[in-house]
Order: sequence, then C-alpha cells, then structure tokens
Amino acid sequence: MAEEKRTRVLVAKPGLDGHDRGAKVVARALRDAGMEVIYTGLRQTPEQIVEAALQEDVDVIGLSCLSGAHNHLFPQVVALLKKHQAEDILVVGGGVIPDEDIPFLKEHGVKEIFTPGTGTNVLVDFIKKHVVHR
Amino acid sequence: MLSIDRLRERFLSGETRALAQSISLVEDSAQEAAKFLRSLGAPLKLPRVVGVTGPPGAGKSTLTARLALSLLERGEKVALLLIDPASPFSGGAILGDRIRMHDLAGRTDVFIRSLSSRGSLGGLSAAAIRVLRLLEYCDFSTIILETVGTGQAETDVVEAVDTVIVVAVPGLGDDVQAMKAGIMEIADIFVVNKADREGAERTARQIGAMLSLQERKQLLPVPVVQTVATTGQGISELLQALDKHTAYLTTSQELEVRREKRLQKEFDAYVKSLLMDNFLVWARGTKEEVTPHGRHGAAEIYERAEQLVAEYYAERTGRNAEEN
Repeated sequence: MAEEKRTRVLVAKPGLDGHDRGAKVVARALRDAGMEVIYTGLRQTPEQIVEAALQEDVDVIGLSCLSGAHNHLFPQVVALLKKHQAEDILVVGGGVIPDEDIPFLKEHGVKEIFTPGTGTNVLVDFIKKHVVHR
Repeated sequence: MLSIDRLRERFLSGETRALAQSISLVEDSAQEAAKFLRSLGAPLKLPRVVGVTGPPGAGKSTLTARLALSLLERGEKVALLLIDPASPFSGGAILGDRIRMHDLAGRTDVFIRSLSSRGSLGGLSAAAIRVLRLLEYCDFSTIILETVGTGQAETDVVEAVDTVIVVAVPGLGDDVQAMKAGIMEIADIFVVNKADREGAERTARQIGAMLSLQERKQLLPVPVVQTVATTGQGISELLQALDKHTAYLTTSQELEVRREKRLQKEFDAYVKSLLMDNFLVWARGTKEEVTPHGRHGAAEIYERAEQLVAEYYAERTGRNAEEN
C-alpha cells in the first residue's frame, strides 16, 4: 500500500575503541527522524563496513571514532566505496576529532564531521538535505 | 532515478550492490516488485527457505549466525534476511541484528540484509515476503529469515518459509507460558537455546510433552534440540535436524503443498493491496476528506467507509458501461 522510500543509514564504529554510547545516541535520533538505521557494533574494519553498506543499500554511512585513528580509517572507507563504484553513498563522521583534522578528512571525501556537543537535529537536517533518493 | 532495465541486467550478472538495490525496489513498492519479478521469468531452482522465530532475547540472531557459518563451511551459498521492529511513531527503525553476526562481517560469500518490519503485525511484513521471492532468483542454496521477537500469536513466518525453527529459552515460565498456542504449533524444529542455563532440560521436556499432545502439523516428529548459540554447542545437531526436515519435505508431497498454500496467501494479499491502492487514489482525488475528521463514533466511521466504497463501485460500473 502507500509505501515510500525510507532513508537508510549505516552507523559504524571502525577501529579498536570500545565506546559506542555516542553511536547509539545518533542511531536513536535517526530512528526518531523516521530513518532505518543499521548498527553493526564495535570494532569493524573498513572492509566490513563497506561490504555491509553495499548489502544493506544504505544512503549514508555514519562513522564514529574515538580512538584517534580517524585520519587513517575514514579515508579508507571512502576509498573502498570508490573501488566498488559506490561513491554516491554519503559518508559523515563523528567522535573526538580535533578541528585541525577536519579539512583533511573533507578533502578525502568525508562530507561532514560532527564533533561532541553537536545537536542530533543538526545531523538529521544534514542528512535530509543531502540524501537524494535515487 | 535508477534505470530498471540496467538494474535488472546488473542483478542478473550477480553484482552484490545490484541485488541490494533490487531489494530496496521490491521492498518499497508492491507494484514495482510485481513488475520486476515478472521481468525475471521463473526462478531456475528454488532455494531452501528457513525461518527462525521466537521471543525477544532468545538468541535468534546468534543462532542464525552460527547456523549460517556451518552452512558456509560445507560450501553452501547463504543469504540472511533479518527483521527488526519499526517504531510505531516515527516509522524509523534500529536494525541491530548484525551486531550478533560479527563472525560473518565482511565475508562476501554470505549476503545479509536487515529489514524493518514497517509496521506489520505478525512479525513479518508483506515487503519481507517479496524480498524473499526476489532472493529466490539468486543462486543461494539456503535462505534464513529471522523474524522480529515474537510472542504467542505471531505465526506469519510459517506461511513464508519451508522449515520453521522456533527458539525458546529456559525460564520462560512454568508451562512454557509464552508459547502456548499459535507459535507452539508452527514449529518444525524446536530449539532450547541457552541450554547451559538452569532448567534447560526441564524446558525441553515440557516442550516435548506439549508436542506429544497437540495435533501434528506433519508426519515427521518435531525434534527438540538444545543449543548454546554463543559457544556453538548443539549447532551440528540442529543442522542435522534441519537437513532431515528438508529431506522429508522433498520426499513427501509436503513441500509442494506448503508452497502452494503460501502462493495463495500472497495472491490474497496482493489483491487486497491493489484494490486498496486503487480505491485510495480515487478517494483522495475526488473527496476533500476521506476519513472524517473530528470526534466520531465507530458507527459513523463504518458508515462512511461503506458509503465511499459503494460510491467507488458505482462510479466504476458507470465508467465501464460507457466504455463498452
């Protein structure tokens, strides 16, 4: 019946840190905004994240990293997406990320970085604005 | 916009992302699904379809992952459909079954898709059934469908799959309360998971006793397998039971009977959705308000529905008469 396209988001935690409180808060906020959120749990490799994103046909990948390895891990996810001709999937990131790293990450294909203290509504609005349903 | 012809081409070539995008297409719209499936013709060889159901927290996801791993080990090609509930308020969902599937993450020989129940009752959405039908066109040997956590009466799963595995855990109440009727009757295989906990033996016995009292769904007795999904204990017994059931289905007429029945159900569901869509398009196009606003009693609402449907038919009949 009256069915519609729903925005699908993969919330992923690359690397080795074991804290996913932030990722869970984000997942809930996106759900409450009517999106379908796939959460894959802790300690995922970029390869695992990208394979999951392809299988789940997501519009957005949200990466959360608190370990300091974001400059290494985030660009790797973007590169793997490119390798699979899936660069149309929007990649955003969050976590403890120093301001001076943000330009580097953006240069490497991460569309936006949301640092601690950002309201979840900012993220929701950003996704709504940037996801064009195919 | 995706080109459907191009998508079909990529789908048929076996590209993972094309399969994923086709699933979205089929999930989003019943009519698009019908069109897409029709364009594919008939599937060459139907895979075995297994349903895993049971109460929330029983360990369905962990068990499903274990089962998938053993199937992969012996060279099967496996797809998993994991369903989690949608929020009744926002329509959004958190699909978290993958958290329990860490051992399968990143593997390219298993296809995993999480689906939201999108508001359906009975643990299974019409959309999920369509996705299942689509997966039949890929060369998976086994598809496992994991339902949302179910209680007593959600028995939809039985209509969509070949073999139903019902997962129970010890300590659900003295008389296996949570599984009295309904879900108790749909099992082809019973699993008592978390069997390292106290009372597992007792739960298994109670289930066995209950099964012996109820009318049989099939000639093959329903086995009760004890497992500890987190360690893998009992998984090989479960796999054996599953293979035995598959063999039973194919050697008896049972498989055809079940597939026939489920196609009947899908026919009914699709007719309903087509009629409803058609009616809504008409009603929204001609009426200012379809359902009356404000405070109304049930009687008024029913009357309004009957009146609208009568009008809808009258108009259609009139139009057909003119056309002829």
